[in-house]
Amino acid sequence: MSSTAVSTPSRFRVPGWVAPTGIALLFVVAYLIFQGTGTLPHNSEAPQFAAVTELREWIDDHRNDNPVFLYFLNYIRIFVEALFSLLQTTLYALGWPGLIGVMGALAWLAGGWRVALGAVAGFCSFGVFGLWQASVDTLALVASAVLLSLVIGIPLGVWAGLSVRVRKLFTPVLDVMQIMPHFAYLAPLALFFHIGAPAGVIATMIYSIPPAIRITALAIQRVSPTAVEASASLGATRAQTLLKVHLPLARSTMALAINQTIMMALSMVVIANLISAPGLGSDIIRGLSRAQVGIMLPAGLAIVVMAVVLDRMMVSVAKRDPRNKIGRSSLVVAAVLAGAGLIAAPLLPREWPANLTINLVSEINDVVLWAETSWFGVTSFIKDTFSNLVLNPLEHLFTSAPWWLVAAAVLVVAWRISGVRPALTALACLLAIALLGTWEHSMRTLTTVAVAVVVTLVIGLLLGVAAARWDTYSAFQRPLLDAAQTMPSFVYLLPALALFGTTRFTAIFASIIFAVPPVVRLVEDGIRTVPATVVEAATSAGSTSGQLLWKVQLPMARRAILLAANQGIVMTLAMVVVGALVGAGALGYDVVLGFSQRTDFGMGFVAGVAMVLLGVMLDRITQGADRRPSPTKGM
Amino acid sequence: MKIRLLAGLLALGLAAGCGGATVDTAPSSTASAGTATTSGAAGTVKIAINPWVGYEASANVVAYLLKNELGYQVELPEIKEQLAWEGFETGDVDVIIENWGHPDLKKQFIEEKKTAVEAGSTGNKGVIGWYIPKWMADEHPDITDYKNLNKYAKLFKTSESGDKGQLLFGDPSYVSNEAALIKNLKLDFKIVTGGSEAALIKGAQQAQAQKKPLLFYFWDPHWLFSKTELVRVNLPPYAEGCDADPKKVACDYAEMDLDKIVSKKFADTGGKAYDLVKNFSWTNEDQNAVADDMTNNGMSGEEAAKKWVEANKAKWQAWIPA
Repeated sequence: MSSTAVSTPSRFRVPGWVAPTGIALLFVVAYLIFQGTGTLPHNSEAPQFAAVTELREWIDDHRNDNPVFLYFLNYIRIFVEALFSLLQTTLYALGWPGLIGVMGALAWLAGGWRVALGAVAGFCSFGVFGLWQASVDTLALVASAVLLSLVIGIPLGVWAGLSVRVRKLFTPVLDVMQIMPHFAYLAPLALFFHIGAPAGVIATMIYSIPPAIRITALAIQRVSPTAVEASASLGATRAQTLLKVHLPLARSTMALAINQTIMMALSMVVIANLISAPGLGSDIIRGLSRAQVGIMLPAGLAIVVMAVVLDRMMVSVAKRDPRNKIGRSSLVVAAVLAGAGLIAAPLLPREWPANLTINLVSEINDVVLWAETSWFGVTSFIKDTFSNLVLNPLEHLFTSAPWWLVAAAVLVVAWRISGVRPALTALACLLAIALLGTWEHSMRTLTTVAVAVVVTLVIGLLLGVAAARWDTYSAFQRPLLDAAQTMPSFVYLLPALALFGTTRFTAIFASIIFAVPPVVRLVEDGIRTVPATVVEAATSAGSTSGQLLWKVQLPMARRAILLAANQGIVMTLAMVVVGALVGAGALGYDVVLGFSQRTDFGMGFVAGVAMVLLGVMLDRITQGADRRPSPTKGM
Repeated sequence: MKIRLLAGLLALGLAAGCGGATVDTAPSSTASAGTATTSGAAGTVKIAINPWVGYEASANVVAYLLKNELGYQVELPEIKEQLAWEGFETGDVDVIIENWGHPDLKKQFIEEKKTAVEAGSTGNKGVIGWYIPKWMADEHPDITDYKNLNKYAKLFKTSESGDKGQLLFGDPSYVSNEAALIKNLKLDFKIVTGGSEAALIKGAQQAQAQKKPLLFYFWDPHWLFSKTELVRVNLPPYAEGCDADPKKVACDYAEMDLDKIVSKKFADTGGKAYDLVKNFSWTNEDQNAVADDMTNNGMSGEEAAKKWVEANKAKWQAWIPA
């Protein structure tokens, strides 16, 4: 695998740079001649958009008399709503002391007193922030979505794990699902399932199901074939082998699958508020639309806390030795915890007592205001300079170039990095974007993504190389990266918003801090996996540490770096699109607008499709690394 | 055994789904689930919250009275203007407390789908318009005529608007003719979306205090007018029907009687809560006072509502149903 990477750089030096430079020159000349022609300016009344808007009006009119809705889709909606209200009612019925007790007990069983303490403290913090009800709503949403994901995802995963053919069928679909930005899921769901909690649950479920399927399949595949054979030769039926051999042996990986599913659900559940799902997302969106970090921060923290508590619980379940049964004493402690909570529930006030809440809204707003006013000079200078010198010229370049020139550029670049087939797929996506009537806005989004990705890669490479070279630095950085990757994406919007107000730059800033951690990690791992013998050989041949890095480590880690670029792009796209909530325009804004103004629904819907196409295109361009990262890591 | 169970389930499904399932045949709306644990409460009212502070002021005062005078539970879900209309059907929304026109939605949801009904005026007069800080009008007296806007377009350029002048807009969900106006009046301006009321307010305050040029979308009633001097730009005057076709609008916004819209369900079964909502009516000054407290005096919606309610007993007592 690594040998191919070494041979290329040095041998054909002359053609190595002449051909690309020539081609690049050709593009520059073509641009200078043809700029301004063959552009596809945005038309918000394009017939493609109007058609979808009309479809939506038709569906709204016939939601209650068309058989597809009457006998199929509405039943799904009703079933999901029933599940959600069941969970919500149950959680409310426990009361806050009951829920805290039960969570503490579960956490105790999962991982002992530390985890239990964390869970109790975490759930108390929801009350302290004054967000108890919103948190419980969010928990009910997440629980419904995760339950459904697991009920559907695990059987599919087992199937894919047992059959190569099924796996081949699923992989591309799951790939696309994971490239899709959250935003793209909303419009179609609103179309078929209307708005409100059930639509939110379904959106969250669809978003969070890929890891459930993927990791389960992986876990089943990894079960040692000898164990399976032994079981078969002892006369076990297929069902017995599955239940008694596959599933128990895959248990800890499956716990990870559940964990990933929960994390994905938590990051989606906020966005689902755009289609009127209840919960903490409501506070976040409220804060965003009032530009008040003070409203958002507690809600954001509550989600992070929920993510961390659930993550710790699931990770401890995954880590526990399966032979080590839960002792009776643990059960007693858990029962006492849960019991204490449940008994206290009717005795204590029904709602979290108001004097135990801390309202920090105005304090946080003051701090943000202070930061804004005292750093206003610096931040607005950075923002304006960056916008004027980098963003605007680049945006002008992309939008004024003829569409065929952009298409040709994409084809050539993708071909060179990833080969013929991915290049053709990328081209097809781009042409579809043009046909959908979203060319100009896609080009604007592409600009933002491109800028963010370049900065992300530069920072990611620097930090990754640093971590690979100095162990102490790496040890310091790891926990930070871990924490960063547990946080739901929109949390990163907060500091960006506090510093830069609502502009495109804000979205870029947020997507950079969102995408840097996985890039750093992939780069570090890539460099660290360069065989020690190669490094030693280079050192003993007298290379300086700089030479070692440039001539040996980086070229040999090329694949990992490409993979990092790929991850970085997918994550940046997702974030830039969500960044529409803080001032990034183009496709993401079209989606937001589609939910805000009925007449623009079609445009928002089509913009969602264009995002997916853009994502697939960018993914294919950078797919030179032929394998996606192991799903247990990263996202 | 299994077959019998299956048959039973099937029969149950058929019985339940004789005519299929419509969106509003939901088992129990989310709110009633929330209140299931409270015994003796009068019920839950869901007032959608639209993202501007004047709306929130009205919603909070009504919510305060519903809670404290009539014993209702109140939920204030954050749902934007047009989605809120759809929420009437799904049961996510009972009340829109301040509606700005929306004749198209009225036709669709009140006349055709019959999921919503009007619940009378809020007493507030609302008007949307384009504004500039006062210093600009002092320096360039002719700038308040839309015909001269192009002459000054350069002044309004920002890093977000490129080579055109910037027209700062608010939340994407707001009522807006801006795109059509710019196109039909051939203005050399670009709409830049600030994303929120707060962005507009901040922009306006900075523009007047630091003498920066700014053209922005804004509306009355608003507390800002009593704190910062703003001047309205005159677009071609409104005439009956000039805004009938949203694509061809080339005139200013009309002054509107802001009104309340409630779901059909709430109007039929809302009891005293519905009566209170229907009776609610106050002045622009009342709303501005509450909104000002919420924005500038560090009060939460509930605190500001409490303050107003305590000081204006005579006004709200007329709203409380007998």
